[in-house]
Amino acid sequence: MTATVTIRIQEADFDVAREIASLAKGRTDIGAVVSFSGLCRGDDDGKSITALTLEHYPGMAEAEIMRHADEATARWPLTGLTIIHRVGRITPGENIVLVVTASSHRQSAFQAAEFLMDYLKTNAPFWKREEREAGASWVDARAHDDAAAARWTRS
Amino acid sequence: MKVKYFAWVRERIGLAEEQVEPPAGVSTVGELIAWLSERGESYAYAFEKPKVIRAAIDHVHVRPDAAIAGASEIAFFPPMTGG
Repeated sequence: MTATVTIRIQEADFDVAREIASLAKGRTDIGAVVSFSGLCRGDDDGKSITALTLEHYPGMAEAEIMRHADEATARWPLTGLTIIHRVGRITPGENIVLVVTASSHRQSAFQAAEFLMDYLKTNAPFWKREEREAGASWVDARAHDDAAAARWTRS
Repeated sequence: MKVKYFAWVRERIGLAEEQVEPPAGVSTVGELIAWLSERGESYAYAFEKPKVIRAAIDHVHVRPDAAIAGASEIAFFPPMTGG
């Protein structure tokens, strides 16, 4: 099965409905589309955030996401997947990341979307800097994100 | 070879990228970190906890024992926090 893979890193916002529609357009073999959107929260551990700035490693970010997309299409029978990650300054309530997976059946679409998000968090070269009233600081990586990614490792 | 720095590693060093020519005895990523740390206070600060630093050679994640021979671009950065 050939999956249509779209990967974009951009400053601009994205339209979830349009991305879902473009994966399904002209096909009748899709039975399930799963989408995950990650949004910028207005607080972290009770402390209010003015904005996030996302830095990335151009070239490697695309390559790393493509490697995970290739693994996802090898592990699950997907008809398509779309990953969009925004960079630059993002304010609370705005979109940060989108993962859309399409398949004949829902289990593959759900699992592939979760796999891709877990790996994006720990392996894709992006870094968040939080702006607060008191100043800005880089966000620390979280152990539970590493644990979430590790559960997909095949022994 | 070209070396790139991201996030707080970039901020601490004060450079986004530079060309470096490490001596022949520097053959792994870990040895390159140790060699860079000797270049000045800003480098020592950026690499003060080498176990925290992640590295990539030519856009692929590598461990500290990875050989740097033949690499055209090596990047150093903190653990990733995207998604």
